[in-house]
Amino acid sequence: MSTINEHVRYSQDHEWVRIEGKKAYVGISDHAQAELGEIVYVELPPVGERYEQGEEISTVESVKAASAIINPIAGVVSEVNEQLDGSPELINEDCYTAHLYVLSDFDQGQYDGLLDPQAYATFLATL
Amino acid sequence: MSEPLLIDLSKRGRKAYCYPPLDLPRGFDQALPDLPEHLTRQKPARLPEVAELDVVRHFTRLSNLVHGVDNGMYPLGSCTMKYNPKLGEHIAAMEQFTHIHPLQDISTVQGCLSVMYNLLEDLSSITGMSWGSLQPCAGAHGEYTGLKMISAYFLEKGETQRRRVLIPVSAHGTNPASAAVVGFDVVEVKSNKDGLVDIEDLAPKLDETVAALMLTNPNTLGLFEKEILTISEMVHDVGGLLYYDGANLNAIMGMATPGDMGFDVLHLNLHKTFSTPHGGGGPGSGPVMVNDRLRPFLPKPDIELTDSGYVYRWDGEQSIGKVSMFWGNFLVALRAYVYILRMGSEGIKAASQHAVLNANYLAAKIGERIAIPYGKRAMHEFVASAKALRHENGTTAQDLAKTLIDEGYHPPTVYFPLLVEEALMFEPTESESVESLDRFVEAFFRVLDLAERDPEYLKEAPHHTPVGRLDEVRAVKEPELRY
Repeated sequence: MSTINEHVRYSQDHEWVRIEGKKAYVGISDHAQAELGEIVYVELPPVGERYEQGEEISTVESVKAASAIINPIAGVVSEVNEQLDGSPELINEDCYTAHLYVLSDFDQGQYDGLLDPQAYATFLATL
Repeated sequence: MSEPLLIDLSKRGRKAYCYPPLDLPRGFDQALPDLPEHLTRQKPARLPEVAELDVVRHFTRLSNLVHGVDNGMYPLGSCTMKYNPKLGEHIAAMEQFTHIHPLQDISTVQGCLSVMYNLLEDLSSITGMSWGSLQPCAGAHGEYTGLKMISAYFLEKGETQRRRVLIPVSAHGTNPASAAVVGFDVVEVKSNKDGLVDIEDLAPKLDETVAALMLTNPNTLGLFEKEILTISEMVHDVGGLLYYDGANLNAIMGMATPGDMGFDVLHLNLHKTFSTPHGGGGPGSGPVMVNDRLRPFLPKPDIELTDSGYVYRWDGEQSIGKVSMFWGNFLVALRAYVYILRMGSEGIKAASQHAVLNANYLAAKIGERIAIPYGKRAMHEFVASAKALRHENGTTAQDLAKTLIDEGYHPPTVYFPLLVEEALMFEPTESESVESLDRFVEAFFRVLDLAERDPEYLKEAPHHTPVGRLDEVRAVKEPELRY
């Protein structure tokens, strides 16, 4: 059974978003990291670039496959988690602290439209 | 027992050669041009120094550790690991073929040119296309060549806005890679609940920016794309072309052709479908075949039969040019030609029929114990899922595959296609007898029994090989590429 963090919202593509003030942290869910298996490489997006909701923003590569990360809400990339460069396994260890990138000027409306933890749990049960 | 590297067997001064005394005049090397200092070796290369017997034993032991189709079944999905008849090896080793050079006068190699010409004729008839080129040296090289021709075709027509290539999510990973290398933008097409191309997802993606749709039929789930005629009409209606990935041709030979399905260009894998050796580095051969529309864009030179024999044609002005040195992997093409001649048209058709029969037999048996999400009726391969087992006790497709190695089998393809969780993709090929398939099923069921009884044991598998479970993560993150 995968862990569902209570303080984030989820997309159906298994990304999570956590809002802290003017920053929106984005990462992948426990379900996603478990499906991918051991992660060996993370391609991080360029800082300063604006991405729309649903746009392919980066790639996470595991021993099984390379998977696209679909940006869950529109915004400008203000920071990336550079720790992942050398230690991509941090995502496997704790996917809710190891975010991929941070968005500024994000779309609050789109965030509100994401799945809340309970809705995401229901969604996972249908897979 | 693991085998040491040759360099670890090395003892200084031990050697397997004996040169005659130097009979060149002193100072002969002074006549050589001066090489820049930084390019001259300052100390001798560190090469293994071993006796001839050491070399023979080393490679004989290694050859005994290898698993190939000559040792046992090799149901690696999408790879068509069929038996490679020894007749092909015998003929390809004849000095009439091995002692020639691609630059010698063509009047002295008419036989070889006839092999290439006749093979292209046979491949044209098997695929329903007009003509082709044997130059590409592997499947992905064929994809690259085919896409280059598509690009040249639209350049010629002035339709340079066609930069998008549509590729179903079930496609082989090489398809999007090849399209990206040629400079196209890749657009994914979804699959429907039956595992086939989702026409409703395809339709809105089709417009005048589409260069091509790349498709494998049957697809990687082993399912025949039944709507192929509708799909090809839709793509052609917006002016796009259809590319056929020939990786799964082994399912349909003699019964259907990509040409009849509406494809404009395709590549074949002679090393899969036409029974030439592969695995462990090839060499492969990935001919491209085209219809009349793309024929002018084929790589050159073309081969033509004239009154005075076979000649090379270098004058194709729209040709994309050469894509490999000389004429591709000629000896591989030769083996494929031997295979086709020996099988005949009825034999080629029977090969596909038996490949489909074997896959369905295996699916029916294996499906008794493990889920086959897209149905047990397949073409030449099928995809099972270890999802339930993983949820039950953590046993993954990888664990099952590694434990099968202990049973003396090469595992099926795992984690592909991505549509199926914990995928195990089986392709038995036509080479296996019913007894052989039954033995494989028994072995697979023993592995499943073990998974239920002792899942921890599977986590460490394989147990009876020279090396056990390899650390794939470390292999990716810290590759050691040299000694």
